[in-house]
Amino acid sequence: MVTLTIDGVKVQAEEGSTILEVARFYGFNIPTLCYHEELTPYGACRLCVVEVHDGRRIRLVTSCLYPAKEGIQVKTHSQRVVKGRKLILELLIARCPNSKTLQDLASKMGLEQVRFKMEDKDCILCGLCVRMCTEQMGSGAIDFVGRGQEREVVTPFRVPSEICRNCGACMYICPVVELQCRGVKSPRELCNSCLVITPHCVDKYDQVMCTLDSCGACVQKEEK
Amino acid sequence: MKIRTNQVLVALRNSLLENKDPNKPCVRVCVSTGCRARGSLDVLEAFREEVMKQGSGIDVDIKQTGCHGFCERGPVVVIGPKEIFYQGVKPYDVPEVVSKTLHKGEVVDRLLYLDPATNQKVLCETEVPFYRMQTRRILANNGRIDPTNILDYITVGGYQALAKAITTMSCEKIIHTVEKSGLRGLGGGGFPTGRKWRSCREAEGDIRFVIGNGDEGDPGAFSDRSLMEANPHSILEGLIIGAYAIGAKQGYLYVRSEYPLALKHLQIAIDQAKEYGFLGDAIFGAEFDLDIDIIRGGGAFVCGESSALVASIEGKVGEPRTKYIHTVERGLWNKPTNLNNVKTWACIPLIVNNGADWYAKMGTEKCKGTAIFSLVGKVNNTGLIEVPMGTSLKQIIYDIGGGILEGKKFKAVQTGGPSGGCIPEELLDLPVDFDRLTEAGSMMGSGGMIVMDEATCMVDVARYFLDFLQYESCGKCVPCREGVKRMLEIITDITAGRAEKEKLELLQELAEMVKDFSLCGLGRTSPNTVLSTLKYFQDEYRAHVKDKKCTAGVCKDLIEYFILENKCTGCGACLKLCPQQAIRGRPKNPHTIDPSKCFRCGVCRDACPFEAIMVK
Repeated sequence: MVTLTIDGVKVQAEEGSTILEVARFYGFNIPTLCYHEELTPYGACRLCVVEVHDGRRIRLVTSCLYPAKEGIQVKTHSQRVVKGRKLILELLIARCPNSKTLQDLASKMGLEQVRFKMEDKDCILCGLCVRMCTEQMGSGAIDFVGRGQEREVVTPFRVPSEICRNCGACMYICPVVELQCRGVKSPRELCNSCLVITPHCVDKYDQVMCTLDSCGACVQKEEK
Repeated sequence: MKIRTNQVLVALRNSLLENKDPNKPCVRVCVSTGCRARGSLDVLEAFREEVMKQGSGIDVDIKQTGCHGFCERGPVVVIGPKEIFYQGVKPYDVPEVVSKTLHKGEVVDRLLYLDPATNQKVLCETEVPFYRMQTRRILANNGRIDPTNILDYITVGGYQALAKAITTMSCEKIIHTVEKSGLRGLGGGGFPTGRKWRSCREAEGDIRFVIGNGDEGDPGAFSDRSLMEANPHSILEGLIIGAYAIGAKQGYLYVRSEYPLALKHLQIAIDQAKEYGFLGDAIFGAEFDLDIDIIRGGGAFVCGESSALVASIEGKVGEPRTKYIHTVERGLWNKPTNLNNVKTWACIPLIVNNGADWYAKMGTEKCKGTAIFSLVGKVNNTGLIEVPMGTSLKQIIYDIGGGILEGKKFKAVQTGGPSGGCIPEELLDLPVDFDRLTEAGSMMGSGGMIVMDEATCMVDVARYFLDFLQYESCGKCVPCREGVKRMLEIITDITAGRAEKEKLELLQELAEMVKDFSLCGLGRTSPNTVLSTLKYFQDEYRAHVKDKKCTAGVCKDLIEYFILENKCTGCGACLKLCPQQAIRGRPKNPHTIDPSKCFRCGVCRDACPFEAIMVK
């Protein structure tokens, strides 16, 4: 067992586990898009980046891959981290504005504007489907092709795959295609519907502990 | 013939030296890529034919060598034993050289280098200012030996370090020597080589690998290429010593397919080393077997990054992974792997031969030895240079590079390729080493050094490199894939005069995020050009955004060509060439350009003999 500090709280973790696993176990919220606990960590969405102080220097690490080490201090929501995460999300929403997963995250993080030209794509290249197909379904019918801007997930040679069983696992796990955000009025904007709702709890019961997945409204109120 | 002991190697070298007549003329023609492009193969052929033709009574060695470094003046020919340095030699010059220099020992004056400072002709390579200011160690034998002949390498003392290392030094002692020398990875990262070797040797595992990284992909860099082409055995020797010290039985050289000559020379070198027993079983009689294979890279820039390179060798897609477990512990096929740049490997024989103290004597406090740069851009002397660490940029650009082309004003120098930053004039006294360049917002990188003059638009430079990086990004992580794309989008808007002030702030914010959040080295260094130009050339960005002006006159959407009435003679040279028929005017009367038709190609300005066409 190793002992480390997450957001000021001393926690114990099994050797070999990642910061993200430990943080989630103890209830610290670190946003992720390309992570799934049953799949190999991929480290591509960069939302799970946290600040780690290892006694010598402070650096940003990918929490879904970084092993929990003895004595390190982890900050899951430092200013640098939160600012970067918001910008990453802004980039992703500019790419796929209609994803409910992304729009919900945006509301939670308090993202209020997208400053880039909006596109209308339906894949954020998180690779969940690729890993799902290979690792869980034992199929390997899809993978990435192309580099950089041309990167996409397809079947080999873009022809219907002979080994695909149409199981739908790729669609089930996809954070973009399955859940479309219905709050977006025109297909090219930030929804933020959740931000508009101000729950009574915040006004009336200031000390209430919210047991639901936070809608983010309380955070917004504090900031303003 | 397999060489199994040091004595045999020394005897072979002595016999080679004895059989070599020191007074015998030797023509050394550079056939490296730069000179080859200027026709050095024809020059070489012409020498062979001419010597046959005029050959009675003289005995001449004609040798093809690798890059001499002074690519600007190619094809370069050096004639020993007097070491006469001829530059810009054409096949039709050859008969005169043969009849005068080889037969009579006279010098062909017009082929000598003219020193612009003293206006005097220079006889030897060592007297040329370009070479005089350099300290050539790794490149020392580049222009001396035939890269395809192992005996040439043995004659200059080759494989002696290997013999010394295996027969007289323990693995521990070799690693200690490398550590003590202070050698740092010359591929750009600058990680202490000795420490890396030690970690790899001490890592758990029975099988280990050594890899030489020759996947140089920066635009404007050619140092790895020149070394692989000119002296492949020095890289092999270093790699073999390293493999012995670390305990590896298999080595790989990862070289991009775009370097056919380097691949050819390396393959020849490997075959020859096997023939002489420097590779294979029981090297120098020790219990040490090693094989080295060449892996050809497909040309992806990101494959120069260690984890992507390893994936590429494994046959997977060349994509980086997050490296919280280092390659030295779990690299190629999850085995301990030591990866160094080919230049770093070529340093090893020098260190073993001359000792750690000799190496550590040169350089700065934290960076020892020499650095190799491909000096290109708007300098008078482009070429491959080697200088001690800590040499100032000013010395490199003005003393070695001979200053800026056409006497123009210096504006910036970009080091480290697309991942590096642009360093302005006020930092020209900066001593060049890993740490100081990083502090200035640039990096050493693969050793590219691009000099830019006043006619360069820094915003456009940043746009060019972002465009390169967008194309070369593997696309795995969001900051690099989406971030670089958006940075390019913003900067393209700026160069087109479409951007407002907020975009500049967004650009800065985005650049900082990409630097912090990207997965691999490519992504993390990709905004360096943007950040450094934003820092040092803010005025230029402001002029583009606020005044919609490109002060350097480069960005097409922000400039206008016009004709100076008092200078134009109405010769019509521009009018005939204009592809848009935007120029009007009667013969012998001043012409005018119709800005609505002009698409700013600049053909007219180049064609005007009176410098009457200006840009505003």
